[in-house]
Amino acid sequence: MTAVAQTQRETGLTGNSAIAYAMMQINPDVCPAYPITPSTSVIEEFSSYVADGKVETELIPTESEHSAMSAGVGASAAGARVMTATSAQGLALMWEMLYIASGMRLPIILTDVNRALSAPINIHCDHSDTMGARDSGWLQLYSETVQEAYDNLIMAVRIAEDKRVQLPIMVCLDGFITSHAIENISLLSTEAVQGFVGEYTPDSALLNVENPATFGAMTLPYAYMPLKKQQSDAMTASKPVVEEIAAEFALLSGRNYGLLEEYKLDDAEVAIVVLNSSAGTVKDAVDTLRAQGKKVGALKPRLYRPFPHAEIAKALSGKKAVCVLDRADSMNGFGGPLFTDIRSALYSDANRPQIIDRIYGLGGADFRVNDALGVFDELFKVQETGQVDELIKYLTV
Amino acid sequence: MVKNKDFTMLDAKDLPLGGVLPDAGSAEEYETGGWRKLRPIFDPEKCIDCLTCWVMCPDSAIYVEDDKIAGYDLDHCKGCGICAEVCPDKVQAITMVEEEN
Amino acid sequence: MATLKELAKKEELFTGGHRLCAGCGIPPIVRLILRSTDSNIVATTATGCLEVASSVYPYTAWKVPWVHSAFENAAATITGAEGAYKALKRKKRLPGSDQERDIKFIAFGGDGGTYDIGFQALSGALERGHNFLYVCYDNGAYMNTGVQRSSATPLGSNTTTSPAGEVILGKQQWRKDLTKIVAAHNIPYVGQASPHNWRDLSKKSEKALAINGPTFLNVISACPLGWYAKPEDSIALCKLATETCYWPLYEIEEGVLKVNYKPKDKRPIMEWIKPQGRFKHLFKADGGMEIIEEFQRRLDEEWERLLELDGKRV
Ligand code: SF4
Ligand code: SF4
Repeated sequence: MTAVAQTQRETGLTGNSAIAYAMMQINPDVCPAYPITPSTSVIEEFSSYVADGKVETELIPTESEHSAMSAGVGASAAGARVMTATSAQGLALMWEMLYIASGMRLPIILTDVNRALSAPINIHCDHSDTMGARDSGWLQLYSETVQEAYDNLIMAVRIAEDKRVQLPIMVCLDGFITSHAIENISLLSTEAVQGFVGEYTPDSALLNVENPATFGAMTLPYAYMPLKKQQSDAMTASKPVVEEIAAEFALLSGRNYGLLEEYKLDDAEVAIVVLNSSAGTVKDAVDTLRAQGKKVGALKPRLYRPFPHAEIAKALSGKKAVCVLDRADSMNGFGGPLFTDIRSALYSDANRPQIIDRIYGLGGADFRVNDALGVFDELFKVQETGQVDELIKYLTV
Repeated sequence: MVKNKDFTMLDAKDLPLGGVLPDAGSAEEYETGGWRKLRPIFDPEKCIDCLTCWVMCPDSAIYVEDDKIAGYDLDHCKGCGICAEVCPDKVQAITMVEEEN
Repeated sequence: MATLKELAKKEELFTGGHRLCAGCGIPPIVRLILRSTDSNIVATTATGCLEVASSVYPYTAWKVPWVHSAFENAAATITGAEGAYKALKRKKRLPGSDQERDIKFIAFGGDGGTYDIGFQALSGALERGHNFLYVCYDNGAYMNTGVQRSSATPLGSNTTTSPAGEVILGKQQWRKDLTKIVAAHNIPYVGQASPHNWRDLSKKSEKALAINGPTFLNVISACPLGWYAKPEDSIALCKLATETCYWPLYEIEEGVLKVNYKPKDKRPIMEWIKPQGRFKHLFKADGGMEIIEEFQRRLDEEWERLLELDGKRV
């Protein structure tokens, strides 16, 4: 039996249970939280771990998500490792504090169980919540499966707290689809998780009363701008850290994660780019078409912030036609956020493909293998004609 | 500590992350005495060292040593006149006068 | 209770060199409260005059660990820091060497950050029972942004969002009674104080900081800018606020209310209003006197009610 296998246990868990379990294994110092569908059971289950004495975490059941993230900022500045979870309106209510957490360089770890934003009110999955926070200065990791969500969360702790990064991080998984469906998952032992994440030791902390420091000072332009540059540089610098920590995690778990996952992409002529659980659907469609001898593939970014623009451009360079599937609309009249980012990343590539955007699955709308096959049909047409008829379109409506 | 008296752009590589200021009480290095239009003149002969002026001063600008008023920190005193106001009526050890320049 | 001589021996934890206005009422409150415990202090401040003026990068007037995060969340922020303290103490991982150290947590907020935008976070933090003191410095308007009305602004006051116009004479509404609302959370200690009476304020903050659980102090703070008053009168105006019973000094300890000061010669509100330019339109415009009379009537009622509660479980 290998060392890797000894540290692992196979079981069936929902995404939310796996997240709560990882949080229990990590045993964060402070968990400020507020319930919201579909992330609620993360906090419920974690509250039970607290109540049962399985963790030494201080649970702060705040009266709103804004206060949850505010308490998170206070706790993190105080020197604590802080973890929380939310969804949709909850993340939106945190919006102000997301920027503050990042600007203050506080490595808070948040799980967002993706859900549509109101209005109209809808509790089902899409990515409009975390896409709305894509430029808040948080790193974002997306997760296709329960396993990936669990693994991402454990890696997230190390990434956020790395001295080269020191930025907050969001782990995203699809509401109800991943959060509530039971999948087989391989859990690490708690000792292995704790050994991997280590202890949080910030350079300065409010609770370090021997060195009283001021956090969150008022800045004028001469300080604001250089501090913003520092933050931006850290965001850029975090990309190799994500890779490094994934490599370390692979040694522990036997599971390999890149910034992106390329699925049969190498020799593909047309490809779909997609985040989170729908990647599974797209992979099925790829398999179906591959069986027919069609050169198709898929690309699933795992890291979305910082945006791995060079890696994505490299992966898509030379393809004939690409469709970006967006589970959110930017409402800017120019498609979804993933589309504009990817199109921009490809701009300076001499062999850039034709590229289209298809918005799908809003508010939990189904996206089936047939829908993915339909997208590939569109791509074949683009490949054939070299023409894009419709740049941006809603699917299934 | 990072100093900036002339409002020039600071260098990102000098600044502690996240805008943290590690030097507690560094505002003491920032002079607000120039705001003053009136200056407190203190008469130690009259003073009964009740320390009321000390506790009411908004700018922590009155020194106390060995239970006695030991002088004024004119680098920080903004000349508000509160000290003169709160000095007991029968003492009136502080008078506010026009600042010269 | 400490004497001024004893207090003066303690370290100054809020230094000069901050940019609050000359004659600002806030610093004497902060200076005194920071001297009211021998324990270490960690403080936070809601966005507002105190926050902006005390931390202009790279200068800080704070000699205690201090954090600012936003406007509406001082109470939530401090409970996070307090939660971190509990967790790290339990885990024996407090930064620094002394794992047994005692830390008091204090949140400061103005009336805007407390009565209005920070009210929800305050209520939540009080209900959760964290161990912290919340201090509201109430100067009766959003002074930092240029004197806009808040729910603490007194009746008839001229502010930039309740201006004294041709038809409407300043603020039309009676102020929110935040001290009582906070008391309704049934926390162990609530006090209302004024910096002119340093003895009373110091006693109250000592008490509050010695208690295990959430405590609250509402402290009147004069603002020469927003009150259109002379800077040297800041302390005297706070005194007059108590003499007119606009700002009664009282406390509610374990549910029992005690009026700490009953003026022998209760002064008419006119004496407090008169020296403040924010009320001057009331003396010129038709209907102004009626507003002052209404002010007096409601104050008298409130004072009577408070006296009835004196010594009682509320
Ligand atoms: S004039 Fe004002 S600032 Fe100067 S010492 Fe007196 S009280 Fe302090
Ligand atoms: S208030 Fe007057 S008498 Fe009291 S210490 Fe100050 S100067 Fe002296």
